[in-house]
This record gives sequence, structure tokens and C-alpha cells, in this order.
Amino acid sequence: MKSVRLDNVSKMFGTAKGVEHVAIDVKPGEFFTFLGPSGCGKTTTLRMIAGFYYPTKGKIFFDNRDVTTLQPNKRNIGMVFQNYALFPHMTVFENIAFGLEVRKLSKSVIKEKVERAQKLVHLDKYGNRKINELSGGQQQRVALARALVIEPDILLLDEPLSNLDAKLREETRLEIKRLQVELGVTTIYVTHDQTEAMTMSDRIMVMKEGVVQQIGSPQEIYNKPANHFVASFIGESNMLEGEVTEIRGTAVKVKVDSDLHVEGVLDTEADQPKLEVGKKVKLSIRPEAIFEGQGPNQLHGTIQLVEFTGVSINYLVKVGSSILKVMIINKGNQILKRGDSISLYVPEKGVYFINE
Amino acid sequence: MNTNQTASQQESRWSRLTQSKYFIYILISPLFLVLLAYVIYPFYQTFIQSVVGTEGAGIGNYKRFFSLESTANLEALWTSIYISVISVITCAIVGVTMAFLIERYEFPGRKILSILVLVPMALPPLVGVLSFTFLYGESGIIPRSLQALFNLESVPFSLKGITGVIVVHTFTMYTYFYLTASAAIKGLDPSLEEAATSLGSGRIRIWVKVILPMLTPAMVASSLLVFMIAMASYTAPLMFGVERTMTMQIYLSRTNGNLDMAATQSTILSIVSISFLIMMRWYQGRRNFQNQSKGISVHRTELRTPFMKYLSMFLSFIGVIILMLPILVLVLISFSVDGEWTIQIIPPAYTLDHYIALFTDERTWRPIWNSLQMSFVATIGNILFGVAAAYAMIRTRFKGKALLDILIMIPWALPGTVVAVNLIAAFSEPSVFSFNQVLIGTFWILPLAYFVRHLPLIFRSTSAALMQMDQSVEEAARSLGANWWYTFRRVVVPMAFSGILAGTLLAMVQGLGEFVASILIYSTSTMPLSVAIFQKMYAFQFGTACAYGVLQILLIIFVLFISQKLTNGKAGAVI
Repeated sequence: MKSVRLDNVSKMFGTAKGVEHVAIDVKPGEFFTFLGPSGCGKTTTLRMIAGFYYPTKGKIFFDNRDVTTLQPNKRNIGMVFQNYALFPHMTVFENIAFGLEVRKLSKSVIKEKVERAQKLVHLDKYGNRKINELSGGQQQRVALARALVIEPDILLLDEPLSNLDAKLREETRLEIKRLQVELGVTTIYVTHDQTEAMTMSDRIMVMKEGVVQQIGSPQEIYNKPANHFVASFIGESNMLEGEVTEIRGTAVKVKVDSDLHVEGVLDTEADQPKLEVGKKVKLSIRPEAIFEGQGPNQLHGTIQLVEFTGVSINYLVKVGSSILKVMIINKGNQILKRGDSISLYVPEKGVYFINE
Repeated sequence: MNTNQTASQQESRWSRLTQSKYFIYILISPLFLVLLAYVIYPFYQTFIQSVVGTEGAGIGNYKRFFSLESTANLEALWTSIYISVISVITCAIVGVTMAFLIERYEFPGRKILSILVLVPMALPPLVGVLSFTFLYGESGIIPRSLQALFNLESVPFSLKGITGVIVVHTFTMYTYFYLTASAAIKGLDPSLEEAATSLGSGRIRIWVKVILPMLTPAMVASSLLVFMIAMASYTAPLMFGVERTMTMQIYLSRTNGNLDMAATQSTILSIVSISFLIMMRWYQGRRNFQNQSKGISVHRTELRTPFMKYLSMFLSFIGVIILMLPILVLVLISFSVDGEWTIQIIPPAYTLDHYIALFTDERTWRPIWNSLQMSFVATIGNILFGVAAAYAMIRTRFKGKALLDILIMIPWALPGTVVAVNLIAAFSEPSVFSFNQVLIGTFWILPLAYFVRHLPLIFRSTSAALMQMDQSVEEAARSLGANWWYTFRRVVVPMAFSGILAGTLLAMVQGLGEFVASILIYSTSTMPLSVAIFQKMYAFQFGTACAYGVLQILLIIFVLFISQKLTNGKAGAVI
């Protein structure tokens, strides 16, 4: 268990930008996730922590040790690759034993440790299997066992679930989280899947085009997105832009268009934009923050599209010239049809003002 | 404490060195050094000899080459090009037709034909030409039996001269077209044709607009390849007595002691070959049709009418006979008593003696043992160089990669005759690269020639294996604490093993059959197998010559079989 600190790390590929000014402090035992669309620099950052790339600028510390240019094999990390990178010419046992053999442990110790690791990932009977005789999920677990058996200071996971089918993905997600909690190893996880990030992480770093957008707990990221990108990348959101018409303490009134006025409350604890009457402002309203019926921020609109998912009824509602996504939890309510009119309201805390 | 400190200091200095971005150049410099010593330097020496010569420096030799007064050289250049162009055309016709028949139609005899179609690859160049002269030459079995059958005055036809060379080229080189064309046809997505049909195209339009354009890259690549190999061909002109080709002219100039001219001719032939190589690399770089759909199923048209069935059966039978005859005749003659076969259609007396002698008679065994030794030495060198070069090429980044690639491929493009002339020019005198020894006339010159000629084989097969291997596997080993060398030993080599072995076997077998360079540089104490075959042939000891040939063929078939297994049927990639 070690902490990981990235001190203003940047990486250039030739003249192309990789990542810029990443500064994070991962606490011992923390589950920390890099989240972002492909090409956002999350894997680059992970590979610098692993030692496969060296930063162009900045430094990397494990606890207080500067490892910026330390070779990957000297870092005592466990890494799980997107395609697992298992050794195809070795058996399951030999794959898991590889790291222990490198560490020159005795045969009996290796056997004991590998068997324990196999049990940990429920592959006790598979020691003699070749890698190509395993299913995707089993390969994934071998990769995990191989990374964990060396008792790494830091566990690095590079999109480990992206090659699994939906059902298996959920199962393995729980499995990884269980192992991480049980072993308490500092874990850095790379994904583009917001569900994975939200459900597993203690903290998330959202990245876009090599630049860090926001670092925070899943709740903070979801409820208090730092900007437009974060709000729309994590979960669904109605992004509106309007003009501030009135400020009373923390209460703010915004005119989106002539038919759509919204009133919200500034969050004094979060990083909020500076508002002035007459200035433009962006705000985000989550679909599930809009309710059917009468209440504050009363809206009236016509239904454009209806989707029934079982858990919820999703509507696209045209209000004035804007179109809002609305999600109503299915409690047996009557499902409206396209063209019906609907009355909606948004509680004031459902309106969140965002930067830029 | 103190020792600890210096140790850690040393380690940090070492790790600073290994992490420097210039460290890679220290690692690859031996590769460039080998290429400099045994490819560039000999080439340069030949060039120098051609311009400096015995009569003072100048381009006199080149003037003489292109002079219109004595046109022997120009004629040779013209004949070489002429033979090569015709060879490309005939090989293309035979190879592509075979590929289409076998890949697209289902008929009785298809299976056996699809295996035997690669038989010509199992014939070493010299042995192949040999069996053709036995079969179709002036006193060959086929012309003579036809003469006897129809009571003719003289033989109705026989292979000789340029026609002979072209027939042999067609037989031995159509496989290059066959392999690339059948791979391309296999890769043709049937849904493309279906799409064209659904859009209203007829068969002819589909051929012209869809199939042929998709095959063009494969055709161009094989044309360049066959042209290059035909230009380098030496054995066929030698056996059919066509003296006016470039390779023969080099050989003759050399045996006549006109070394400057030999050097000049070599240089000119090298330039032609290398420019073709560069054209090929350039073309390979820009061709590529990727199939979009996965899991292509080839559908073969079945021949339904009884007439077509019998016709196809008959034609496949003829095909099988033509393909098998060269080997069968070698086997037959290998049992014949030396000196008995004169005017009869087939040898009159048979014996097992030649095969027994191969392994019991010291003098008959000697050339086999020589070739085994020399080929082994050369192959060891090829493994070391090939694996290191492939790893550097695929896994590391450095400036000069394209140069390394071209330099490794050059020996493959150079005719064996030229390689020999270059080595003679470089190592008739002591040089740094031969550790101040004269190599000509020693044991070492032949392994060196084999090493140079087969330089690309292991390099290419290993590169192919490494390319298929995901780099993250190596990174996984590093992340588990293995250092570079441990990773290389435990992960890279085992995973690339099949590729390395396939190339190794091929290099070994090519070394055992090498004739073209050997004939120019062997010495009597180190006579290799193929030169022995050639000499037995001229001493009318046909039986022994063919027994040697059969042995070579068996070795080659064995190796092809193994490498086919190792590379999952992608042996074509190695060649």
C-alpha cells in the first residue's frame, strides 16, 4: 500500500500533446479512476505511472520516492491490461507464477502463493490449462491473479472489463471491487465507462483531450459537475443557457427563452461561476430532477418521443424552443403518448449552475 | 556501506545510460556493422574494381559495356530482360489460372492438385534444371519415347536455348504467382461479388470492375518478384547453354580472368536488381485492400455436367503427371547404373549402390558433410543477426529504420553470382572485416556467402512472428518485475519460436542447395553438395548426381512440411 503523487506531469509525443499538467494525490488504499473518452490521455497517464512512458515534464512519487524514470520492473506494480496480455505459451499456473519466479522465491513458496491466488479468483482447478482454453472472463481473472500475487504496492487496471460481455462485466466489476477492498491495495483504474467509474471508485479524475476536467468523489462529479463536458459525459443532462434576470442571495433567476424561466440556488460549497444580472449563464438539469405535476419552476410542454425502459419512462418534451429529457420512475403511472401535453416542475436544488 | 554506495552509483550510471534515448543506437550498431562489413563493403569493392581497374581510373569499363562495337554485353542485358519479361508473362498465366481453378472450382482431383501445385518449390534450382534436361532435353526421355512411338527420324521436339530457360523458369517460378494469387482470391470477400450482382452487374462486369482490380496488387508484387528472380537466374542459362545473359557473362568474364569486366557487369546487374527491390518495397507500402467483413467463407463452383467432370479429371491427371515427373525421373535415374544409359529411352540397368555410397563412401559423403557444416555455420550467424534485427525493427524506434530494412533485403535481391563476385572483390585480400585474413580459398568464404544470401530469411519470419505478438505481453512481463533480458528469454523468444524455427530451417535447407554463388567461390577441399552434383553430371555419373538431388529434395520437403505446421499454413509468408 503506497500513495501515488503526480506532480504537474505532462507528456508530449513529439510535438503532439499527450497529457498536460496532471496533478493528483492518490491516498494509500484508495480506488482512483481515470475517466474520459478515448484519446483523452487516461491510458498515457497510467502508463507513466507504470513506467512504460517517462513524463516530459513533472515528477511521479510512490510514497516519497521519486520514481519518475525508474524502470517498470523495479516499481513493484501489478498491472492488468485491456487485452490481458497473458503469456500464451504458458499455463495458468505458470502465468501467475511468472512474477514470483522473477523475484526468485523458492518453488514451494511459489506453489503455495499461486494456489492461494487461484483460489482468490476462483480458478483453483485450472492450473494446468493453457490460456487459449479459457473463456474471456477466466482469462481476465488469471490476469488479475497474476497482477495481485506479487503483492504489488499499486494495482493498475487499464480498461480491464472492455473485452467482456455485459453480464460478465458486471460480475467481474463486483469481483475486482471485492478483491480491492479485501486486499486494501492502492488501485488506479482506467475506463471510459461512467457506470464502472461511478460504482467502483473512491475518487474519479475526468479527463478530456489531455486536460484534467475535474477530480472528485462520484457524488461530487455527478451532482456538481465542474463544466459542460463533465455534466454531459457523466450521466445524462439537459444543458441550458440563459440570461440572469435576478439574484437574491443565493437564489438566481434565469431566462432561457420567453417561455422558459428557471430559478435555482447557487451552491456555496462548490466552485460556482460568478453571476451578474444581464449576463449569460449555463445550467444543467438532470432528467431525473424533473418531475411530473405541479411545483416550483412550473413548465408546460408537448411530448415528442416516448421510451419505456421498465425502470423508467423517458420523455423528450418540447418546452418553448428547447427540448428537455425527462425521466419518470415507473411506479405504474399512466404512460403518455407523442403529442400529449405534460406539466413538469423542477425543484430548485435540481438546477445546477456550471462554469463556461 | 562504502561498497554499497559505489554499487548503487554504478547502477544509477548504468540505468542513466540505458534510459538515454541514444542507448538504442549502441544496441543496433552491431547490426549495421555486420551489414557494412559483408554487404556494403564487398559491394563497394566491386564498384571500385570496376572503375579503377587495371588501366587506371575511369568509366572505361562502362563505356566498353555499352559500346556498340562489341555488343556481347548489351546483347546479354537485352536477353536477360527479354527472358525475364517472358517469364513473368508465362508464370502469371500459369500461376493465376491454377489459383483460380483450385480456389474457385470443385472438381475431381482438386485436393491432390492443390497440394502438388507447390512441388516446384521443393526443387533446388540446379536439380530442377537437371531433371528437365533428363525429361525434355535433346536426349530426354519424353522426346525419345515420342520418336520411338511414332518411328520418327529424329526427336520431334526438345528443350534448348532460350525456350528451355523460359520453360524451366515457368515451371519453377509460377508458384510465386500462384501463392499470392490464391491468397488474394481467398481474401476476396464473396459479399463484394454478391453486392455487385445485387446492383445488377453481370459476370463480365464483375470480373473487370471488381475482381481484377482487387487482384492487381498481388499481381504487380509477384511480377516484380519473378522479374527479379529471372534476372538473377543462372542455373537454367548454364544448363541450356544460353551464354548471352548477364549472369553467364559475369561467370565467363570471371573464368576468363577479365575481373574488371566481371565487376562492371556485376555492378550493372546489381543496380537493376536493387531498383526492382526498391520498386517492390514502394509498391508494397501503398497497396492494401482490407476486407471489411470477417469470417469469409469461400464458395467453390461445382462442375456438374459429366463431360466437364471427366474433362477436369483428365486435365488434373495431366497436371499431376507434369508436376510429378521431374521428381519421379530423378528418383528413377538415381537408381541407374552410372555410364550405362546412352541411347536408350530410359536407363537400362539399376542399382542401390548410389544410396549406399552416399553414407558409406567417404568421397561421396564428403560434399554432403561439407554442405551440412557450412550451412550450419551460416545459419547460426543468420539466427543471431535475424532475431536481433527483427526485434530492433519491430519493437524499437530509431532513426535509420528504413535504411536497415533495405540493407537487409538487398542481399536477397542480389543475384547469387553478384554476391560471389562482391565477396571475391572484398576478401581476396586481408581486411579489417575478415580479421586480416584472406578468406577466398578457405572454408569460411562459403558460409559467409550463405550467410549474406540468406540474411533476410530468419529476419522476415521472426518479424512476422513478432508483429503478431502484442507488445502488451512484454509490458506485462516488465510490470511483473522481469528485466529486459529475462523478458526476452522467457516471453519473446518462446512466443516467436515458431517463426524463428521456420526461418532457420529454410535458411539451412537453402544453404544445403546453394549453387549459384558456390560455383564461383568453392575450393576443392570445401566442395559443396550442389557443385558435386554439377560435376557428377559432367562426368556422366547421372546416378550419383540424382541420388544427391533426391536427398536434397527429401530435406526440402521435410522442412516445408515442418514450417507449414509451424506457421499454420502461412509458409508463403516466409518465402
